[in-house]
Amino acid sequence: MTAPILQVKGVTKRYGGLTANNDVTFDVAPREILSVIGPNGAGKSTLFKQIAGFVTPTTGEVIYKGNRISGLPPHKVARMGVVRTFQETTIFKSMTVRENIIVAHHLRSKASLLGFFFGTGQAQADEAEFAASADDIIDFLGLQAIRNEMASNLPQGHLRALGMAIGLATHPDVILLDEPFAGMNHDETMRMVNLVRRLRDERGLTVLLVEHDMPAVMKISDRIVCINFGEKIAEGTPAEIQANPRVIEAYLGSEDAAIGM
Amino acid sequence: MSNPRILGIAAFLLAVFVLVPVFINLTGRWDFYYTLTSVALLSVAAAGVWLTFYIGRINIGQGAYALTGGYVSAILITQYGVSFWVTLPVAGLFCALVSVVIGLPILRLRGVYFAMVTLVLTEVARLTALALPVTNGAKGITSIPLPGELSLFGLTIIPDFATLENPKLAFYLMAAVLMVLTYLVLWRIVNSRLGHLCRSLQQNEELSASIGVNTAMLRVLSYAISSFFGGLAGAIFVAISQSIYPSSFVVQDSVNFMLYCFVGGLGSVFGPMLGTLLLYFGWDLLSIAKEYQLLIYSGTMIALMLVLPNGVLSLLDRKGGRK
Repeated sequence: MTAPILQVKGVTKRYGGLTANNDVTFDVAPREILSVIGPNGAGKSTLFKQIAGFVTPTTGEVIYKGNRISGLPPHKVARMGVVRTFQETTIFKSMTVRENIIVAHHLRSKASLLGFFFGTGQAQADEAEFAASADDIIDFLGLQAIRNEMASNLPQGHLRALGMAIGLATHPDVILLDEPFAGMNHDETMRMVNLVRRLRDERGLTVLLVEHDMPAVMKISDRIVCINFGEKIAEGTPAEIQANPRVIEAYLGSEDAAIGM
Repeated sequence: MSNPRILGIAAFLLAVFVLVPVFINLTGRWDFYYTLTSVALLSVAAAGVWLTFYIGRINIGQGAYALTGGYVSAILITQYGVSFWVTLPVAGLFCALVSVVIGLPILRLRGVYFAMVTLVLTEVARLTALALPVTNGAKGITSIPLPGELSLFGLTIIPDFATLENPKLAFYLMAAVLMVLTYLVLWRIVNSRLGHLCRSLQQNEELSASIGVNTAMLRVLSYAISSFFGGLAGAIFVAISQSIYPSSFVVQDSVNFMLYCFVGGLGSVFGPMLGTLLLYFGWDLLSIAKEYQLLIYSGTMIALMLVLPNGVLSLLDRKGGRK
């Protein structure tokens, strides 16, 4: 395995008496698609929030390309190249699809805010570059038909694609996708699986995702980390995870009980 | 910029700087100068409030900064003999600085919590003015001289107001120029990337942070600009009335600034200007209704919010589609 791009080292998060994550450790290789799975409330989202800087770990640290990013505010983590998309379809509602993506290019602006205020040459060059890059992303994700639609008018599937577009606009190295397949039917899921693959293959991204849709996870992931009650209980390839008795007990077992088997 | 827009701006400037003075000259209604000067200045302060709305914060504390700006100007003029023209930017900058210190902690709050804290700010400013020795307590600061001459390299740019035969017109022009400049700055902010970022903040702060926006910095920056406008307006008000008291700006004024924004429209830069004009004149016109003035005024406000929740200027959007 090559040198990891992202390392999660002994991350623990306590909220009062509740331990959301306990000593979670794993590495992510460059250009890997790694899924974090686990039953509801296992602490997956909390883990993601800590990687993206929205929550500071109680102990432990997150290392990105050799630098510690845990404890930094989200905008700094994003600036370094680790960007999160959201579980809920989080977008800027009162902007068009294209405006959403253009705004999300903020990280790449070279002109200062004052420069933008006075409309300097650099600011204009930035704006032109953002617009071109936004169109590029629109083409990549196949959003041409809805580019000038207000985001608040979009159906679910498009919203999620837009969320991904916003993430891509920041030109990250590592993208964290929070439940990208939730609420999708089989066809939509397969299309999304393809898209996530293309993120890695065509854009060279490292993808971390949290997901419930087991078939999709098994299909897409290079490796899987399984969390239960805040602790990592297994890590490995999809085949290894499927055969792991602890995973079956913790995750699949409870699922069976839930559906009355 | 499109032609109709340039025409609109030209018409507006013509009305403000030529038609109004001509009209007042012809009709002899000199009291209109005072009213319109007030409208211009209040709309400057309201512009600041509007900017805080633009980042998704309900600001009911602009009166605090108007009061602070007024006192800064008054104290510098009366106790240190500083020229009014110097105190004007100083008052604005002082308010901006204060707002950074106050804003850093309170801008973490959202929604009604932020609104509550800002509501208290005006009262805090009034009590501070009552308590501090430098502000002369409840007696306030009076007999403040009119703005003196402003000259650059021996060239008189603005004559001494005391020597003018018509200081009312001079004040009106000064307020109008300030108003035009303020809205120019505001328009530019909103239509540059800064405005896009503010909108992103208003719509979704978490997402904004995750695309790399320094949300804390942007919030404080907007609030500082907002307070700068408040301070400027306050300083000029003091120059006009030549006096300031702790009760010169009270909670009622802070609430009014917010209402101006609501009535005019939060979606348009020129909303607060229109809102100020409508409400200020509306209130005056309603004085013929005597004891029913407040009833009709507030009833109309409630009706307006029900019928036009996005302000009067949203009528334009509805007709012409989205800009």
